[in-house]
Amino acid sequence: MTSHTTGKRDPGGSSFARLHHFHGGLVLPAHSEMSTSLPVAAAGIPDELVIPLQQHIGETAMPLVSPGDTVLRGQMIAAPRGNVSSPVHASSSGTVTAIEPRPFPHPSGMSASSIVIATDGRDTWQPANTALANYRQASPDELLEHIRNAGIVGLGGAGFPTAVKLANATSHGIDLLLINGVECEPYITCDNMLMRERSGEILQGTRILQHILRPKRCVIAIEDGMADAEAAMRQAVAAATTDDIEVVRVPEIYPSGGERQLIRVLTGREVPSSGFPSDVGIVCQNVGTAAAIAQAVIQGRPLVSRFVTVTGEGIRQARNLEALIGTPFSHLVAACGGYTPDVDRLLMGGPMMGFALRSDDIPVIKTSNCILAVGRNEMPPPPPALPCIRCSKCTEVCPADLLPQQLYWFARSGNLDAAQDYSLFDCIECGCCAYVCPSHIPLVQYYRHAKTEIWAQEKQKKAADIARRRHEARQQRLERIRQERSERMAARKQAVAGKTAQRDTAKQDAIKAALERVRQKKAQAGVTPKNVDNLTPEQQQQIEEAERRRQHPPPPGEK
Amino acid sequence: MEFRTYSSPHLPVPGNVPVMMQRVLLALLPGIACATWFFGWGILINILLASVTALAAEAVMLRIRGRQVTLTLLDGSALVTGVLLALALPPLTPWWLPVIGSLFGIVVAKQLYGGLGYNPFNPAMAGYVVLLISFPLELTLWAPAGDWPSLQDTLALVFTNSLPVGTSLDALTMATPLDGIKTRLGLNETVSEIRATGLFGMIGGYGWEWINLCYLLGGLALLKLRVIQWHIPVSLLGSLLLVALLFYLMNPDHYTPPDFQLFSGGTMLAAFFIATDPVSASTTPRGRLVFGAGIGVLIYVIRTWGGYPDGIAFAVLLMNMAAPVIDHYTQPRVFGHDKRQ
Repeated sequence: MTSHTTGKRDPGGSSFARLHHFHGGLVLPAHSEMSTSLPVAAAGIPDELVIPLQQHIGETAMPLVSPGDTVLRGQMIAAPRGNVSSPVHASSSGTVTAIEPRPFPHPSGMSASSIVIATDGRDTWQPANTALANYRQASPDELLEHIRNAGIVGLGGAGFPTAVKLANATSHGIDLLLINGVECEPYITCDNMLMRERSGEILQGTRILQHILRPKRCVIAIEDGMADAEAAMRQAVAAATTDDIEVVRVPEIYPSGGERQLIRVLTGREVPSSGFPSDVGIVCQNVGTAAAIAQAVIQGRPLVSRFVTVTGEGIRQARNLEALIGTPFSHLVAACGGYTPDVDRLLMGGPMMGFALRSDDIPVIKTSNCILAVGRNEMPPPPPALPCIRCSKCTEVCPADLLPQQLYWFARSGNLDAAQDYSLFDCIECGCCAYVCPSHIPLVQYYRHAKTEIWAQEKQKKAADIARRRHEARQQRLERIRQERSERMAARKQAVAGKTAQRDTAKQDAIKAALERVRQKKAQAGVTPKNVDNLTPEQQQQIEEAERRRQHPPPPGEK
Repeated sequence: MEFRTYSSPHLPVPGNVPVMMQRVLLALLPGIACATWFFGWGILINILLASVTALAAEAVMLRIRGRQVTLTLLDGSALVTGVLLALALPPLTPWWLPVIGSLFGIVVAKQLYGGLGYNPFNPAMAGYVVLLISFPLELTLWAPAGDWPSLQDTLALVFTNSLPVGTSLDALTMATPLDGIKTRLGLNETVSEIRATGLFGMIGGYGWEWINLCYLLGGLALLKLRVIQWHIPVSLLGSLLLVALLFYLMNPDHYTPPDFQLFSGGTMLAAFFIATDPVSASTTPRGRLVFGAGIGVLIYVIRTWGGYPDGIAFAVLLMNMAAPVIDHYTQPRVFGHDKRQ
């Protein structure tokens, strides 16, 4: 089941004659024939377009229109907010009827703020006056601004704003520009069909990217088993009479379409775990993104449509459609003849990483590459899980070199620290481990759960930190207030005490002065007994006796 | 229209545990047939006793633990434990020996730890070691290869402990070549002298070399079917070969040749069927190399200097103990990281 990529020789003596391989991976049945038998058709204009404000990684776009406004195809209806953001454009002409939460393609089935447009069927383009057909005269910054205003994001699935990615890359020296034409997963054929039908546009986009990044080399990577697409791309390269773009065929090993895995296959380099491809001098762009860049720069048309694969045994006529952004899935299914009676599940994306949808009342967004209506026998519901027997088949196939069985053990027992020690966040959720698990354990689900738990804990911790800081600040403030108050009290007390003391001394002084005055007066007057004139002899005798007693007081106790 | 939802990946999973266990059992068949050819009915009786006991014990324990009985029994792991234990036992043991060993393996070593996937020790080897320590005499009751009693006599011996008329237990049984050679080496006989006694076959112990060859074939089939991975068998056999070669080169008279080590006793059974029990083995790729190599070395050490006829069970259990530590220190380098953790 695991395969080790063998070097494939490129006929033209390419510098990529020796390919490398990443650990693990799976050879999976491609299931590509069912959706590639018919050419790509326009899916048509639905009555109602639901255009979510956030179809990219970064800040949600800010609406520029209000209900009742009429809009033209290609008109910017929401502007980017901040640097890592992307605008959103009306994908057909009509009237804005609402800006409200609507079901959004997300595993949780959540709703997201969206601009709803009732189409008028005329599909009138906003006049394109911003084309930079002569892009070679334009500066990279000018082109980046243009790409940003066209609302271009990574169409391979990530949805990272392309202008931001390119701007980051221009600050590094870029050695290799990699145009990724390797399909992400089985069943999905939209890149394959795009290369067959729009190879010229892809090449133009590649030339524009070369002009912006000035890489030393440029490679368009195509999967084994995409003979028609490869022929078309080789023809386009030949027609452009350029010798600085190579077309390289890589073996069909899932997940070679992943950016990091593809870089490893072509160059042997590993993008650092917490870094970006530009850290190793590489920029990787999906073929769809390259084509969108060409449309935006050459024709001045923003990103308002994309190729979507509608496939699976649950669809009557599987094929690829060019769908306007905001078209409900149900409209695309109808354009493919509807469901078969056998339909069981509806997936957005491929069978390995795609998520199951409850309903088809969900719009196509910029990153919608595939709608997979699964037949009942095509992918039977998973049997009940048995205990992990640690057979480590998962370890054999893990393209990130993780130990999935250990991660499972830690995730299951809630030992999230250990899970992080074992690099849980390097898991790309490709599903290889679960695919080979003989115990049918939904491993990826455990990893997603553990990641979510850790994020929740971190959020909680952050909230707790803020709360703690707030609490500490409050404690400090209270302490400060208490201290200030006690200081004030002390000061006042001191002041009061001082005043009382002053008053007391004044009083004492007054008493003293009065006594002094009395004493002086006494001294001045001398001590003269009063009423001693005209005394009778008895009185005189009594006085003398008293005087004597005074001078000789009787001993104490005698009474 | 409302659709059902499941978590990705959605592609149907091709493999499953019962099929893996079935393949293990099928791959054992050539070895079982060959062992029966050399040692007679006792091998099959042991398998029957140990398997039935293992299944019954598993069923009872699952019932007590409130787990699903039928579905779990069908995973085949209890049956594999029973068969592997039986294949380690001598052919003329009393009936209660496989029963006790199987009971201990399933009840104590497996179910008390939480059942399949949670047992730190190889259940078959845990059961075997309990028997080896408790009933060392009974575990030497091997018949001479190619010279075994009839079905009737075997049944009588196993179930009623009654010997056929006119024979003695000593006449019926014989030590295994590994055991016999060790005894003789202890008496200072040289390897070449012992070789003349008929204990040796062409390369391994007489009879045993064919049984080992059959297990080797079965093991290669398991590798081809990707039921097991190459790391443990290769490192186990490789280290056993290297250590044996080293000592043999130092003193070829006193140490048995490396090819003899590989094709005697339970070497091949251990390398492909016992040490590869994923639950109790190391689980990282490098860890499995260490794990296998450790078992190989320990087998040689116990066979050569230990007090037991064969060293496999102890070697496996000792390395089972070391497996978590080995796993911890042998984590692979994660993609995009600088060095191993």
